[in-house]
Amino acid sequence: MLSISNLHAEIDGKAILKGLTLDVPAGEVHAIMGPNGAGKSTLSYVLTGRQGYEVSEGTATLDGEDLLSLDPSERAARGVFLSFQYPLEIPGVPALTFIRTAMNAQRKARGEAEITAPAFLKLARATAASLKIDFEMLKRALNVGFSGGEKKRMEIFQMAMLSPRFLILDETDSGLDIDALKIVADGVNAMRSPERAMLVITHYQRLLDYIKPDRVHVLADGRIAESGGPELAHELEREGYDKYARAA
Amino acid sequence: MSLATALKANDVTQLPSKRDEDWKWTDLRGLLRVLPPPSEPFAGEAPVGPFASLANLPIHVVNASDPFVIRSASVEPYVVALHFAALGGGSHSASAQVEVADGGHLILLESYEGDGADYVANLDLKITVGAKARLERIVLAADGAEGVSVSIAEVTLGAEAQFAQTVLTDGARRQRIETRVAHPGAGAAVRLDGAYLLAGKRHADLTTVVEHLGVDGTTSQLTKGVVRDQSRGVFQGRIVVAEGADRTDARMGHHALILSDKAEVDAKPELLIFADDVQCAHGNTIGAFDQDALFYAQQRGMPEEVARALLTEAFVGEVIDRIEHEGAREAARLWAAKGLGL
Repeated sequence: MLSISNLHAEIDGKAILKGLTLDVPAGEVHAIMGPNGAGKSTLSYVLTGRQGYEVSEGTATLDGEDLLSLDPSERAARGVFLSFQYPLEIPGVPALTFIRTAMNAQRKARGEAEITAPAFLKLARATAASLKIDFEMLKRALNVGFSGGEKKRMEIFQMAMLSPRFLILDETDSGLDIDALKIVADGVNAMRSPERAMLVITHYQRLLDYIKPDRVHVLADGRIAESGGPELAHELEREGYDKYARAA
Repeated sequence: MSLATALKANDVTQLPSKRDEDWKWTDLRGLLRVLPPPSEPFAGEAPVGPFASLANLPIHVVNASDPFVIRSASVEPYVVALHFAALGGGSHSASAQVEVADGGHLILLESYEGDGADYVANLDLKITVGAKARLERIVLAADGAEGVSVSIAEVTLGAEAQFAQTVLTDGARRQRIETRVAHPGAGAAVRLDGAYLLAGKRHADLTTVVEHLGVDGTTSQLTKGVVRDQSRGVFQGRIVVAEGADRTDARMGHHALILSDKAEVDAKPELLIFADDVQCAHGNTIGAFDQDALFYAQQRGMPEEVARALLTEAFVGEVIDRIEHEGAREAARLWAAKGLGL
């Protein structure tokens, strides 16, 4: 599925990723943990093609196809979805309009027909209900005036609607209370499937109690410093990231 | 100093110039070395404008007209479409009075059009809205790229009158749409909105002056602009709250998006408050596209041009949503979609 090899990336000439190599096979959930400033968010932006992140070396492919040469919308159409750490407010655009425009743009890019209005609304109602989102909220401008937790829930809603193949969750637990965290985690877990893979980026182990990873990687100083099973997350929770900081 | 007097006297030295503080960004004297000759009488079939089919009374004027008066006492909403076309070049002036009787309800759908010729057009409107009367005025200005056009409306309101206005323009070679409101307070409510979508070398100037003269008046103002290429948008909004005009509530917002390095927006929001007990606020933002929002939309699958169009339409849509007359609101939406190349 996702294969990253010797990835180097910089912002404004400052090296952030320094030879990152990682494979996430289909059907698996991998967690990326690491201290602040290790490059976790940079990794998510490099994979999704945000402007200003310069890749100087290395490759990233999804099912063998080079991702780095595609523009952000083309990557999305191929199934890459990033749940933002800080979802943007989009004044004047109702959430439903935003998602429908995105969905139809993806379909067009894949050569599929647009979704009809009734089919879209039916899907939106069912998805909202499963995530305990008030349907009326979807008629309001996306994320405008929403609480931190509501914004995160809207990210998961969009994810469920767009049904991506490769999911990147960037600090999805930040700003969530325990009830919201459970709802969000349930939404994410419902999307686990043999055809999909996920990269869960988090500073804390808490989220991984709800979204159980197959593999845990420690990102420190721009590369994977250690990889292990789920037990590695607990170890990090106990011992912190100090030893990686020293090693770096 | 006004275009009307300059045209009447055929004297360019009477044109407003950058020496006039209120015209410093819309200098006519520096632009026009000579005034074109009076427009020829128009012979063909006169265009009726975009609103004729929505109106109880469609009126259309080509080039000059003698002053005329529109009076309405209808309590039911009565729709007048007023279309001014500048055709075949030359210079001309038109003037009209609009009177809404006490308790009346008028919708004035005003529109301008110009052809490809050089022209200089002036329009003066005197608008009176009686006590407890309502007027919604929409101005859809589609001047020619080579046209110079000035439209000035002076509005007088009675107690508890409601005056709502939305100006939509894509500019001209030089264009000014000015509205001056004498606000009596006294429960009267004013909404003064505008949207400008400019491209090429077009120039649009939306100038408003509201004078709150008595207690208990409200004004709500929202103007949004999008400028591209080498175009220039000007917003001058002045709200004056006279001494003793207490409990005035006045809010002004102007927000512009600059989509090219060579485009320009000049804005001067002014609140002049001489009363003690008032609530006044203004907000003014001018900036480039929000790159973070753009990336967010792209990450969800929208190609850059789709994302830009959606976000820009939403930006302008906030003004259009405030139009009360449904037909005019739909016309405004189409206008915005076309202006944004959707």
